[in-house]
Amino acid sequence: MSEEETVALPEDDPATASAEAVAEAPLVEAPADTVAGEVVLRLTDVVKTFPGVRALDGVQLEVRAGEVHCLLGQNGAGKSTLIKVLAGVHQPDSGLVEWRGEPATFTNPQAAMKAGIATIYQELDLVEDLSVAENAFLGHEYRSFGFVRRGRMARHTRQILSRLGHGEIPPGRMVRSLPAAGKQIVSMARALSHEARLIIMDEPSAVLAHDEVGNLFRIIRELTAQGIAVIYISHRLEEIREIGDRVTVLKDGRTTAANLPARDTPTRDLVSRMTGRTIEYVFPDRPADDAAGADLLQVQGLTREGEFADVSLNVRAGEIVGIAGLVGSGRSELLETIYGARLPEAGTVRMDGKVLRPGVGAAVRAGMGMAPEERKSQALLLGEPIYRNVTLATFGRYARLGFTNAAKERAEADRIAETLELRPRDVDRPVRTLSGGNQQKVVVGRWLLGGTKLLLLDEPTRGVDVGARAELYQVIRALAAQGVGVLLVSSEVPEVLGLADRVLVMREGRVVREAAAGELDENTVLDLVMAGSLMEGAPA
Amino acid sequence: MSDATPTPTATPERPQLPAQSPPVDPAETAVASDKARSTGKLSWWRGDGGDGAKRNLGLIGVLAALIVVGAVTKPDLYGDPNWVWNNVLAILQLASVVGVVTVGMTFVIIGGGIDLSVGAIVALAGVWCTTVATQSYGAGGMIFTALVVGICVGLVNGVLISYGRLVPFIATLAMLVAARGLAASISNKQTQVSSSTFINDIAARKVIGIPILVYILGAVVLAGWVVLNRTTFGRRTIAVGGNPEAARLAGINVRRHTMLLYALSGLCCGIAAIMLTSQATSAQAAMANLYELDAIAAAIIGGTLLSGGRGTIVGSLLGVIIFATITNLFAINGLSIEAQNMVKGGIIVAAVLVQQFQFKSVTRLLARNRVTTAT
Repeated sequence: MSEEETVALPEDDPATASAEAVAEAPLVEAPADTVAGEVVLRLTDVVKTFPGVRALDGVQLEVRAGEVHCLLGQNGAGKSTLIKVLAGVHQPDSGLVEWRGEPATFTNPQAAMKAGIATIYQELDLVEDLSVAENAFLGHEYRSFGFVRRGRMARHTRQILSRLGHGEIPPGRMVRSLPAAGKQIVSMARALSHEARLIIMDEPSAVLAHDEVGNLFRIIRELTAQGIAVIYISHRLEEIREIGDRVTVLKDGRTTAANLPARDTPTRDLVSRMTGRTIEYVFPDRPADDAAGADLLQVQGLTREGEFADVSLNVRAGEIVGIAGLVGSGRSELLETIYGARLPEAGTVRMDGKVLRPGVGAAVRAGMGMAPEERKSQALLLGEPIYRNVTLATFGRYARLGFTNAAKERAEADRIAETLELRPRDVDRPVRTLSGGNQQKVVVGRWLLGGTKLLLLDEPTRGVDVGARAELYQVIRALAAQGVGVLLVSSEVPEVLGLADRVLVMREGRVVREAAAGELDENTVLDLVMAGSLMEGAPA
Repeated sequence: MSDATPTPTATPERPQLPAQSPPVDPAETAVASDKARSTGKLSWWRGDGGDGAKRNLGLIGVLAALIVVGAVTKPDLYGDPNWVWNNVLAILQLASVVGVVTVGMTFVIIGGGIDLSVGAIVALAGVWCTTVATQSYGAGGMIFTALVVGICVGLVNGVLISYGRLVPFIATLAMLVAARGLAASISNKQTQVSSSTFINDIAARKVIGIPILVYILGAVVLAGWVVLNRTTFGRRTIAVGGNPEAARLAGINVRRHTMLLYALSGLCCGIAAIMLTSQATSAQAAMANLYELDAIAAAIIGGTLLSGGRGTIVGSLLGVIIFATITNLFAINGLSIEAQNMVKGGIIVAAVLVQQFQFKSVTRLLARNRVTTAT
């Protein structure tokens, strides 16, 4: 598939050619001393096809007991499908899955669970209104005569939790009341309650604040020390370096490199095997002179009890302002309040000098647009075609006398799809079928249509692969060059520093530092962000 | 533990499927469809949901099956083309009142709500437009009253739900009780006879051989289809029902739109009230009993998703016609209402089961079997 695409895009040719050379090179074998355990899982030439898409096209994977095996790949590379094959959700069309030395087919998730493969999905699949113990033993409760043996379950849950180093979580507590990190622990407890020998973690760090990731790694190390194998999926290379033993790279449903040593494989090498191009995190250049215009957005003394207090900031036309802060620092809430989706208790928001009336409608009319944090639940109509998602905020403008103009909408959406290099380009496809990065492009693209003066971006690159990220950065910078103001929130400090002209650092609902991006470095910002607060129990 | 894994032979048994059709290059198809689009060859009447069209084909199949059952059980009647034509008109006339209510209901359900009060609104509007005072303004006054009563009651529902933040189920359940009560108190529990020949003629007369009620149904369905598929109102309805948060953050006024949806449902009830009053040449508080259930059932077997965001007007219309056909089938065979209700219940369950049993997975399964037998 990619070959045909690159034929159509000759400028990519040299890079792709080198990538193919990389792909054809023999798979690198890990040095024997890095992992001692036996092979628990081996996949050979696994293929999985969905109508029109070859999601897995010959995947090789070898996981040993007691190792952290990292799976790398862009969005759409087939990671999610691979996980689902291992978890028994999908069955491969062909190829061999060997589990603990014997060929295996998991016809359903229960079968995989029973065999000892547990999966912790990105969207944690816990029942919020059941207790920790009930969630840990969901579906295989201790029973006698139809009654649940709550005492025994609670005891065993407590044991498992202390094994995970979190004996302090009460088994009787409702899962709803736990922070994201705590929920993840419960998911792991569930895996251990099944006596899992292999735990698959799909971007476990995405929902965690910085210091919680350290805790996660500690738990993973303890699990592997007990001989449990972990398949770890993450977009963050630095995490893979820290926690991983070996890396397998997927591209377009194929294994392009297997069993690379996680710590010493050069980043350039990993990225090129993932993307077929040699790119790093590339931030577009800032304009040489200060091109920003007049104040576009002025926020004064904005306050919401328990979320943020007395925040004042301004964004000028053509300027990118970044907000750095941890989850729970009030940054997302601040953005939503500026956008009118939450009502402030005190303070004013002005666009072009005029005080905004409350409500999203007024904000949109004044020229604001927002890409919210949760794409799927806050931004997209997943079953609707791409073009309708792109024009969700603007379809009224193409309409005449209340009649929609679908042809015009398709044409506009198509233009956006071309600008943002949406893949696939077919704007009639349901958004559901797109990868995360492309879904994000749809959300951002929505505000490229017609008259957006200020773009609010909340974690625009969460779950977006490296290639799509660079493209998104280019788009954001290009918008600023056209005079659009951008207010950007991100947990990734390098992203804020690399992309923004000016940076605000938020901690516990307050702006603690404001400076030009050039005056700050990553460590300074991280210190500011984390100083004095360990963010325990932060709301996710 | 490995004993839990199925036998090793399972893998070779599974045929290598993808040979069934040449792999499609998404980039290529995208280009192709781009071309189609830029030349503007899209037919204006084309619906936007390809899935919906497929489901509707299934409903037409069900309808055909019902006709076959009729033809088998009463071959003498079905042999007479005159009788068949009259029977088709009878079925459509039977479907007309509930059909109009169902169009409104379909909008409300696609918009993520439910309206349990439609039957009660029909009764209230019917009773209100046939009071002595209203009738003194003539047919125009009666029609105006019925429509305004319908819209106003719908608006009350809408305001309670969108601004009072009541759950639609509760708000409209309360309205069901209250509106019937109000209708009974206005009519003093009496049957109010309509003395307007204009109103009474609506149900009695035909134009070019087709009852006026059927024209009204056709007009409401057509208007509903256009509004849902071709207007900003319809687009907002799908957005609000499909993902209210996304709609809100895109600047759509979700609350106002929700309110308008219930007003639209009320308007449909007002129209239905005139039709029903005309049919009976009278109105009473007990009329249109359980219409809410008929309308919801028709919308659901028509493929409208109860959780909102998806549904078609054509599907709902087919749902209503299927129900009317069943009633008709039982009537010509002289079977009881009780038996008829049991069959209707079964059809609702079957329709939902069929919808859940993914159409695609069936075709894939068939394709796979074909490959297996071929090799």
